[in-house]
Amino acid sequence: MFKFLLQRLATIIPTLFFVSILIFGLQQLLPGDPATALAGEDHDPNVIAYLRAKFHLDEPLYMRYFYWANGVLHGDLGESVRIQKPVVDLILEKLPVTVQLASMAIVIAIVFGVSAGIVSAVKKDTAWDYAANVFALWGLSTPNFWLGILLIMLFAVKLGWLPASGYVSPFEDLKANLAAMIMPAFVLGNAFAAVLMRHTRSAMLQVLSADYVRTARAKGLDERVVVLKHALRNALVPVITLGALGFGELLGGTVLTETVFSIPGFGKLIVDAVFNRDYSVVQGVVLFTATVYITLNLLADLAYFLVNPRMRG
Amino acid sequence: MVGLGCVVFFVLLALFAPWVAPHDPLTTSWSAVRHAPSAHYLFGTDEIGRDVLSRVIWGTRASLLAGLVSVCISLAFGVPVGLAAGYLGGWVDALISRITDAMLACPFLILAIALAAFLGPSLTNAMIAIGISATPIFVRLTRAQVLAVKVEDYVEAARAVGNSHLRIALRHILPNVVAPLIVQATLAIAAAVIAEASLSFLGLGQQPPAPSWGSMLNTAKNYIDNAPWMSVWPGLSIFLLVLSFNLLGDGLRDAFDPRHK
Repeated sequence: MFKFLLQRLATIIPTLFFVSILIFGLQQLLPGDPATALAGEDHDPNVIAYLRAKFHLDEPLYMRYFYWANGVLHGDLGESVRIQKPVVDLILEKLPVTVQLASMAIVIAIVFGVSAGIVSAVKKDTAWDYAANVFALWGLSTPNFWLGILLIMLFAVKLGWLPASGYVSPFEDLKANLAAMIMPAFVLGNAFAAVLMRHTRSAMLQVLSADYVRTARAKGLDERVVVLKHALRNALVPVITLGALGFGELLGGTVLTETVFSIPGFGKLIVDAVFNRDYSVVQGVVLFTATVYITLNLLADLAYFLVNPRMRG
Repeated sequence: MVGLGCVVFFVLLALFAPWVAPHDPLTTSWSAVRHAPSAHYLFGTDEIGRDVLSRVIWGTRASLLAGLVSVCISLAFGVPVGLAAGYLGGWVDALISRITDAMLACPFLILAIALAAFLGPSLTNAMIAIGISATPIFVRLTRAQVLAVKVEDYVEAARAVGNSHLRIALRHILPNVVAPLIVQATLAIAAAVIAEASLSFLGLGQQPPAPSWGSMLNTAKNYIDNAPWMSVWPGLSIFLLVLSFNLLGDGLRDAFDPRHK
């Protein structure tokens, strides 16, 4: 276990190094002088001079990377030019909203995606299977911002059941919070449910043809027990790993969902930063997301290692 | 076949947009602001009186162009790099794999948004941003396929008769890894169409007044209550185009590898 962990950590370090180069490199894409671009629309000479000194723009590129990476390693992702706040503080402030949204989306995706995957595999080549495949194609092909607009049209404008946009903290009013979050969570979970459905279906089909499932059936066990206890437990191992990785992708999906529903989370932070030309925030958000993704990847691998006895051998 | 038929339909629509569109997509009419669908304006009009149907038809061009060009960019970078990683192995493979891991660690859309933000908002930059963001998928796929193919006997035979590495890679390995790349490219076009619409929706893709489904939806979201048709048609078009490429990709995968059926 310790050896496996060390091996995985050894591959993470160079990956993080290249992530940092990639994100530092983004700044080099800015046309013209980075200080002028980073100063925003004001072009105040004092601000430009301050930024030149702050980002060591008169020094060679590798030294600038060194200063930047050193700051990042000490938890300094820079400062928002617009809001005049450290980027780390901004991210930590917005993160709980997005974590709640993504967690609700994952629950919705698991409930719909895994159930549809099981039904589709058990009832292979029947109308249920075709319906589940149509559901998956729908999920994979629907742009989530359009689905958001359609749901607002139906549930907020036409029926008046749910608020069209906005956010209420769960600590202020849990009911209002859930009412505001259910539509965005459904929109965000929609595509992920489709991915989970396809993976669950293919894992279940593989497991259902395994010898031990045939043995379980031959023993005369109830079909429900065979499917849910014997087959599903083993089929879910890769699906759980995928679920952990999907969380990183969901962070990407929150950008559009939060924009449509005006939710003040992590995704909206990057969109606002893009339009305010607040490049430190954009870099900080990408770096943070990549780190979360790499960490989840590691945790998923560890979980896979722990639940799969063959890997321990 | 359904997927292929729909893709052909959209390609023809994009090519013949000037003849198919009933109105000019840019002409505004203050006497026809937010008109509901009617015989004159089949899909209704937008907030400044432009014909939604004509804009949807012209918008096909931006979406298809973005899908095709960005996937071509991904293939142009991803395939040679993946081929080099898989064929050469050793430190070249280790270096390329770590860089690919690093790019894959950044969620596709967030990386595309960041790149588009730094490059500046335009359809060309959105295509570059999407193309670069999707490149690591092709690097990884090509590498995996090359690793499987390079141990085959015919590659060994090509090496034994004295072919150069470049010739072996291009003439003997590449043709044998093309099938999964075609499937992935078709599915990547679907993802790129959604990504372009997403970037345009956020204001980072096609710039107004040029028609694009994503930017049409961005405007339409402000008129959900009194002009719902403005949202329905561009969104439905994105859905149908993406669905067509997904169906085509699934069909090609089944054709190339019947085990997927």
